[in-house]
Amino acid sequence: MATESIKYTAPDTETKLETKAFPRPGQHASGLVDWLTTIDHKKIGLMYGLAALFFLLVGGVEALLIRSQLWSHNMEVLTNREYNQMFTMHGTTMVFLVIMPLSAAFFNYFMPLQIGARDVAFPRMNTLSLWCFIAGGIILNLSWFFTGGSPAIGWFGYAPLTDPRFAEVIGDMGPDFWIFSLQILGIASLLASFNFITTIINMRAPGMTMMRLPVFTWMTLIVSFLLILALPAIAIALAELMFDRSYGTNFFDFLEGGKPHLWQHLFWIFGHPEVYILILPAMGIVSEVIPVFSRKPLFGYGLVVFSGALIGFMGFAVWSHHMFTTGMGVVATSAFSILTMLIAIPTGVKIFNWIGTMWGGRIRFDTPMLFALGFITMFMIGGFTGIMHSSVPIDAQHQDTYFVVAHFHYVLIGGALFGLFSGFYFWLPKITGRMMSEKLGKVVFTLMFLGFNLTFFPMHYLGMIGQPRRTHSYNEGHGFEAWNQIATVGSFILGVGVFIGVVQFIHSFYSKRLKPAGKNPWDARSLEWTLSSPVKDYNFARTPVIKARDQAWENNYGTKENHSKKEPLDDHGVHMPDRSWCPLITAIGLFIMALGLLFHQSIDASGELARDYTMAIVGGVVFVLGVIMWSLEGPCGYHLFPKENEE
Amino acid sequence: MSDATAHALDHHEPVTSTGIPNKKVLMWAFLGSDCMFFGTLISTHLIYRKISATVGGNFLDIRDVFDIELTSFSTFILLASSLFMALAVSAIHKGNLNSTRWMLFGTIIFGAIFLACQVYEFTHFVHAPGNELTLSSYRGEPHVFGSTFYVLTGTHGTHVAIGVFWLIGWLVYSFTGKMSSAHAIDVECCGLYWHFVDIVWIIIFPVVYLMEYAF
Repeated sequence: MATESIKYTAPDTETKLETKAFPRPGQHASGLVDWLTTIDHKKIGLMYGLAALFFLLVGGVEALLIRSQLWSHNMEVLTNREYNQMFTMHGTTMVFLVIMPLSAAFFNYFMPLQIGARDVAFPRMNTLSLWCFIAGGIILNLSWFFTGGSPAIGWFGYAPLTDPRFAEVIGDMGPDFWIFSLQILGIASLLASFNFITTIINMRAPGMTMMRLPVFTWMTLIVSFLLILALPAIAIALAELMFDRSYGTNFFDFLEGGKPHLWQHLFWIFGHPEVYILILPAMGIVSEVIPVFSRKPLFGYGLVVFSGALIGFMGFAVWSHHMFTTGMGVVATSAFSILTMLIAIPTGVKIFNWIGTMWGGRIRFDTPMLFALGFITMFMIGGFTGIMHSSVPIDAQHQDTYFVVAHFHYVLIGGALFGLFSGFYFWLPKITGRMMSEKLGKVVFTLMFLGFNLTFFPMHYLGMIGQPRRTHSYNEGHGFEAWNQIATVGSFILGVGVFIGVVQFIHSFYSKRLKPAGKNPWDARSLEWTLSSPVKDYNFARTPVIKARDQAWENNYGTKENHSKKEPLDDHGVHMPDRSWCPLITAIGLFIMALGLLFHQSIDASGELARDYTMAIVGGVVFVLGVIMWSLEGPCGYHLFPKENEE
Repeated sequence: MSDATAHALDHHEPVTSTGIPNKKVLMWAFLGSDCMFFGTLISTHLIYRKISATVGGNFLDIRDVFDIELTSFSTFILLASSLFMALAVSAIHKGNLNSTRWMLFGTIIFGAIFLACQVYEFTHFVHAPGNELTLSSYRGEPHVFGSTFYVLTGTHGTHVAIGVFWLIGWLVYSFTGKMSSAHAIDVECCGLYWHFVDIVWIIIFPVVYLMEYAF
């Protein structure tokens, strides 16, 4: 293109760039087509968030059923198999379909805004990641409707529970659904992570050095690295399990030379970094929220960042503390015990830094801050019980009791979910352009905080007096009833709190009565708060030039040399890529392929095992077509010309 | 926005913070992840090789079924294909389309020979008279060696096959008249992948094959 010498004469709003190889929905796509083909990181983030909130309610209902079953001794709300299915689905849903995608929603929406980028590095790949996540969620929940119902193997799927010969129901397909959905969810996370890594490393605005990145963006980077390095372990373990179940290999088949112990190692080599994958995004959010509501810069920025990196690094060296009772031997057990104790140090450093940030600050107790404070306190309780478990003899006592259930819910609800809710209350005004009701927000916080503690604090005690986890009932006479009833009441309070919260979030998108948020309602510090709320399609009308950490704050209160000047508008406009159908087609191909592989086996009339790959091949063809179209459709797009006063 | 940035945006080659093209960063991140995929598979194989070293009470001597001459040959072919790949990348950087085509063609052929050897090897192993090595057994006795061996080398073979199809894609594209040195970065990413798959084989060959002959 010989455009260098030609000066653009800017039309009112847009200009077309070039012709297309395939029709790509352009600037004026609207409605359903827009949502199905969008490659905008903000819309992708929204869809990630909405789907995850839906799954939060699904997983929540599963949790309430579990709590109802445990209301008293020998209850019959659920049969033992249904109970196993509930805790399996509850765990898998909450980890893979709620906390991870909620984090991904915030990564998608705010990371590019925080570094001053137009979009992520590979927008179409970002869309593919979204559709893979949706496909994975659908496949997991389809399991309810087929032979054997949902998996009843725990979210950890320990061998030999997954061995077809030990299935309670002949031809149980639950574990197969579990395998394929996790594989596809893994693809979604990998694609998103490659994208985020490239974006953060390569697409920072001028002047945005690594040590000026907001902590949330840093945590995005670290979590992305954790994901790309941890997910392969479970992907391979799941592939091996699939071969075991469908093609007769012996990886985890202890009758024919396999070792179920190996599954545990492979699962936890993924599973422990996964714990940090779940908590680090929340830590990033809290590191954004606390300085804003204390009106002080983050205390010890460098330490917070490096502690995060250190946690990520050490997260790969502690997995066997999930396996202390499997008999690994004294040396291995001691080594993992020591490393687990060590990892508490960077975590503690972060907590002291947050306290240091608040120290002497002018603290405002708005809802985001309340959730952030809830995060710190509750996460600390979860952390302390975690340190208890690093001691092998104590762990041996706690193993498989409700004490462990209490521990990880303090980390995952009191920690991760409170952090994410803090993020919702903090950032939704930027997304919707409207402030949410503080009063209602505080009601939600109170309900969640109370309900959460009522539910899970008694479980510490229940565990100590010996109530086993993953057991669908208990007998009379152990003294379990009272505490279980408190927990069940608490869980319903927590459920109501979460439900009202979700309704409040959705409501803020539609309500006309809420007051407008303006650019920077919280007097916040990072770059996204220099933009209008809601953020315009093109993000930044002018590429910002960064002079300091906390640029939005510096612009308002900083020294003169730290102010970022208002850059002139570019007369070439802002280049916007067209939308694309290819990610959706590719994801549908994967979805059909997974279903095809799920259903490829059947028993024919003579009682022989028959294999039919037609559907899998059809899916594969759709997938390949999607990829070919993807690579040929070429870079299309249009230019937008923001007005002088638009940001 | 400076003129240089705007100009780059028009041409869809964004100026990056590090100066490294986005596609290359993406590829390196993917390869880092792929290391862990193969790491897991190779570890599985080695662990089982150690703890399941007997079959039916006898020491498992897999040399009875391996065909080391054939595998050495296909290893050599795969290594040689990396040379073609490197030359293809170099040629497209210089804008020499004709040379790029021939080098891509060479890489594809060598990759295909490697795959053919692997297919032959697999069928040969499964039906080796008296020494049948299947996914679930060795000489009719249940064993893990077949499981870890076939899944590991099969995953590598799948990687090679994907690479071959990717290269065929570029070869076909080179005849559309649209290919130029602007695509050097894309071919280079393809090359990174190809060399990586090659390096993985350089690990698999000694660890899975040669070690069986060392003791």
